[in-house]
Amino acid sequence: MSILIDENTRVMTQGITGKTGMFHTQTSRAYANGKACFVAGVNPKKAGEDFEGIPIYGTVADAKKATGANVSVIYVPPPFAASAIEEAVEADLDLVICITEGIPVRDMIRTKYRMKGKRTLLVGPNCPGVITPDEIKIGIMPGHIHKKGPVGVVSRSGTLTYEAVGQLSELGLGQSSCVGIGGDPVNGLKHIDVLKMFNDDPKTEAVIMVGEIGGSDEENAARWVKANMKKPVVGFIAGITAPPGKRMGHAGAIISGGKGTAQEKLAVMEECGIKTTRNPAEMGRTLKSLLK
Amino acid sequence: MKIHEYQGKQILREYGVPTPQGFSAMSVDEAVDAAKKLGGKVWVVKAQIHAGGRGKGGGVKVAKSVEEVKKLSSQILGMQLKTHQTGPQGQKVRRLLIEEGADIKKELYVGMVVDRGTQRVVLMASSEGGMDIEEVAEKTPEKIKKVFIDPAQGLSDDDADEIALGIGIPESAVAQGRTVFKALYKCFDATDASLAEINPLILTGDGRVVALDAKLNFDDNALFRHPEIVALRDLDEEDPYEIEASKYDLNYISLDGNIACMVNGAGLAMATMDTTKLYGGAPANFLDVGGGATAEKVTAAFKIMLKNPRVKAILVNIFGGIMKCDTIATGVVAAAREVKLSIPLVVRMKGTNEDLGKKILRDSGLPIISADNMADAAKKVVGAVKKKKPAAKPKPAVKKAKPARKKAKAKGKPPKKAKKAKKAKKAKKAKGRKKKT
Repeated sequence: MSILIDENTRVMTQGITGKTGMFHTQTSRAYANGKACFVAGVNPKKAGEDFEGIPIYGTVADAKKATGANVSVIYVPPPFAASAIEEAVEADLDLVICITEGIPVRDMIRTKYRMKGKRTLLVGPNCPGVITPDEIKIGIMPGHIHKKGPVGVVSRSGTLTYEAVGQLSELGLGQSSCVGIGGDPVNGLKHIDVLKMFNDDPKTEAVIMVGEIGGSDEENAARWVKANMKKPVVGFIAGITAPPGKRMGHAGAIISGGKGTAQEKLAVMEECGIKTTRNPAEMGRTLKSLLK
Repeated sequence: MKIHEYQGKQILREYGVPTPQGFSAMSVDEAVDAAKKLGGKVWVVKAQIHAGGRGKGGGVKVAKSVEEVKKLSSQILGMQLKTHQTGPQGQKVRRLLIEEGADIKKELYVGMVVDRGTQRVVLMASSEGGMDIEEVAEKTPEKIKKVFIDPAQGLSDDDADEIALGIGIPESAVAQGRTVFKALYKCFDATDASLAEINPLILTGDGRVVALDAKLNFDDNALFRHPEIVALRDLDEEDPYEIEASKYDLNYISLDGNIACMVNGAGLAMATMDTTKLYGGAPANFLDVGGGATAEKVTAAFKIMLKNPRVKAILVNIFGGIMKCDTIATGVVAAAREVKLSIPLVVRMKGTNEDLGKKILRDSGLPIISADNMADAAKKVVGAVKKKKPAAKPKPAVKKAKPARKKAKAKGKPPKKAKKAKKAKKAKKAKGRKKKT
């Protein structure tokens, strides 16, 4: 088992004909069961064409109808990405993974508002995607650093997720699924949502949650962990040295009004029984120590 | 993106928020002209910088004659204004706002930001105007009234009225309060603002509701659809390193340490700074080279980092995913050669083609210190900074460092450089939002 996606997931790429969409569809397709998983592309102007044998449809609904794809991955440029998410939600897909970075916050506020009452889940935007090792990779993460196993990973940052995964794999600890929830202030699944899924997943034995400054999602997740989580959780928060009021690369990584500091988050996480480390080079080893 | 108060007021007026009349001035003569044009008996001379707390820092003064406007303007223009937001070095005042004086009966507060929890815009208002709102939130949270605005409906009349009454706007002026709040939301939404703050919003002696200040910040991700706001950008108010970095699509933020960091990915970049601190060092900057860390980009990054005279060593931390380590190593070597690097460089590379990358670094003949993991890299770079004896420093003094570097630059190969600049431009154009890490 795994969470969100597995070898039976069927995926369409929205924005398959752009440079980024093409490149990452190729690498995702080359990973594990990718050849069978990636079944459709969407581009309203190129319906009827194909990308390396993957048929392209004019709309998400058409692609779903023709191929049975239940998940979409979005590489559409920022001005159009929020509409692309809405189209996938309207087509009633199970899951939308939006890789695009740089979507205006106002667009995401409206999109999230329109998603209320719909069943489609959203991962991202501004995220590396989701991978279930040895089964399926949807996104831009390097597949080869992953290894199948018992650790769930959830993170707001791309390369820092790879860092955690790299450490785990080197220690012989594989991953059940790795979810990049993205660095934007208004996004889809949050740490708490993904932790709930890992908690229910029989193949996940422990979780690494990687957070960063800004907002209070990590604190909310930590409080939930204290009350509900049956599995050990390791936590790291990036940005102890970040100055207040400055956006640290990610749109959501900002300490505002003295709120959202790494220290504050780490303190709540520790209070809630999450094993934290202040040294990002120790994420893997910290988790290993809990499994023994 | 931030703008000045006088620009913010201009925008607010367009949306129907009443403000005092005023003119911006960049010289004492302009300030005097502005005062004469405004007429009246009382004027306010306000320093225009992109930071709050100007009043406390001595950047806002009341004048009771045109002569006094002249005197105060000449005092404030050109001063290094220090506030809690400028840092100890302060910010030079290059511009003033000369405004008609207002008859303040009561000071209120109103602000808007995006609330991450509810994923809506939140209007916050308080009867405690003119104060630091964070302080009010901490000490007397009950004095802050909030409404989370429905993105489909906008701010309703009822909600606006309730807020107005809640912060002590008298019954007779509630309609004015409603107008201001609704206009502020309309402005926030239409301009893709990330923050809108009027502090203070005042009640005048004759019962009017007026915005005495205006602070507007905008969502950088939405600037593509607001050329009118981009036009308001004042580069004098921004960090020159950050401006230079943005030309190369590098995400750079100045910090006050001496270890320059270059990393791919924002989260990893913060984590690298944190690790450096953990091992006793102090990061000089945040720098995310993003995906596609080409030789051009790495060279640009090195040049920007080295412009900071405090920098004593460079730490490069790359997790090569789809971006291969050998490509990055080639970039780092080329950059180190081009800038004639003379301070320690520690490189940690991980991921695809790691061994090949390390070999390129080793074979370069450059004194690059290789590290196995993030902790090792941090230890090594901190060690390198501490070990360096002052006498061995190629740049013993800050002032001498700059011309030396300029010379090195001039010796470079101009044709190649021109090509590079072109490429950088191209890269910027093609920027998109692709991720290759």
